Amino acid sequence: MTAAFVAPAALWLAVFLVLPFIAMLVFAFGRRAPEGGYLPAFTFEQFLNLPARATAFGNTLLLAPVGALLCLLVAYPVAYYLALRADPRHRLVLISLIVVPFWTSLLVRTYAWMYILGSRGLPSLLEAVGLPDIRMLNTPGAVLVGILYGYLPLMIMPIYVSLEKLDRRLLEASADLGARPVATFFGVTLPLSMPGVMTGTALVTILLLGEYLIPQLLGGGKVFFIGNALVDLFLQSRNWPFGSAIAVTLVLVVVVVLTVAMRIAWRFAGTRRVDLV
Amino acid sequence: MRALVFLVYLFLYAPIALVVLFSFNAGRSASEFTGFSVAWYGKAFSNTFLVQALSNSLFIAAASAALAAVFGTMAALAIERMGVRMRLVFEGLFAAAIVVPGVVIGIATLVALAAVFSILNPVIAGIWPGESPPQFGLGYASIIAAHGLFSMAVVTMIVRARIASLGRDIVEASDDLYATPFGTFRQIVLPQIMPSILAGFLLAFTFSFDDFIIAFFVAGSNTTLPIYVFASIRRGVTPEINAVATSVLVASLILILAARLLMREKKTRPLGED
Repeated sequence: MTAAFVAPAALWLAVFLVLPFIAMLVFAFGRRAPEGGYLPAFTFEQFLNLPARATAFGNTLLLAPVGALLCLLVAYPVAYYLALRADPRHRLVLISLIVVPFWTSLLVRTYAWMYILGSRGLPSLLEAVGLPDIRMLNTPGAVLVGILYGYLPLMIMPIYVSLEKLDRRLLEASADLGARPVATFFGVTLPLSMPGVMTGTALVTILLLGEYLIPQLLGGGKVFFIGNALVDLFLQSRNWPFGSAIAVTLVLVVVVVLTVAMRIAWRFAGTRRVDLV
Repeated sequence: MRALVFLVYLFLYAPIALVVLFSFNAGRSASEFTGFSVAWYGKAFSNTFLVQALSNSLFIAAASAALAAVFGTMAALAIERMGVRMRLVFEGLFAAAIVVPGVVIGIATLVALAAVFSILNPVIAGIWPGESPPQFGLGYASIIAAHGLFSMAVVTMIVRARIASLGRDIVEASDDLYATPFGTFRQIVLPQIMPSILAGFLLAFTFSFDDFIIAFFVAGSNTTLPIYVFASIRRGVTPEINAVATSVLVASLILILAARLLMREKKTRPLGED
């Protein structure tokens, strides 16, 4: 009974998750055929060739954590306000307004920023007030704005959840014992919200490591991530074994980040579940 | 702090509002509003390529979400009855399906399917009795399968959370009152988990409808709406794309609001009111 119920999902996981991973590993240790195909081999040459795409790795490993931290800096005050300061009657609506954009098309939302940062958007406004020749699109800054825009909701949610569960009596006790609001924040509120902070930061960082659309549309080929290198290698320059080696490396990076994040999260008591919807 | 929060909401909604506003622009300009018009919607929806891409996307989203809702729910029910070790295996695999970047899922699926087809197609051609043997290739099915993987993981997660919040007591009460196991499932468990199944379906639908990167790799020569929009953006920003983008936003807005309503509703209602 149990076996019959889980069989379709098990088949799916085997054929569309496990098998593809094995195939990718096989390709990553293989050689490239002259026309871009695959030659069976067992070689590390694809992995030794990784420095050829060092820029993509460098950009990703720099801008993903920086983007996540940027999200965290903006998300924390918002989550704090929603959980502890906002009128409880409006809370549900305010939270919904944060979550809803996350589930609408990232393509469309990023595209909106092409508009705003493009030469006829903000730069032309700045030119009108006497600040000519400011290029915004296709810069690291544009990519960071896109990241903040795309991933802010995902950062706010877990922090909000951990702040909302916080026992208010602890804050009163802290105040009664003579702590100033700032001391209460750093001594009580912030430590108790660390599980949410960790979950949000880890989630956003991991998703950013595999990001493609934001650097593609707002970085315009100048600021590119590993995802962009992968699309190039698979759909344009057709070097599947090398692309597979990069994809395998990306998965390893994700696993490392996840493990480190979980190690840190375990040090803070509390839940690691994220309420995304 | 209120001011900062207000600014964040402005930041979240202003760009979307801009796209919506310019979709109603009468002129071709993307920066100057010259009058209200719905002409671009008419133009967009009489574009046969676009309408084809839209119907492809709707079909793929419906198929992959339905598949995920049924198989994901079955898996969620089964996992509850498993031993610890098997449960950990499935939890790990479903977590991997969610955590692994979409770009890697797309690549891995492409590589695996290409390898399988390159072995399978000659074999079929060899044993096929007729003139033109069937050729397997990338297409709707491969997009549905790849989307189905992620969606199944999401449905399983949501339904399992719901099952965990259900008390065992009503199931036991039902058993004590001589209900058959199927009767208990149909009359007690299923009504309780139905909202989360529907919510999972809607989230899966939204995910598939909005996904670009996985479909980009496994679509073959087929086009989905995000692939069409992406290709158009590279050719330049036009009010027509704004009209399509607005339609996509409205569609996903309706779906996500429906999903949220479904997941809220039964939480506060006492048991046995159905």
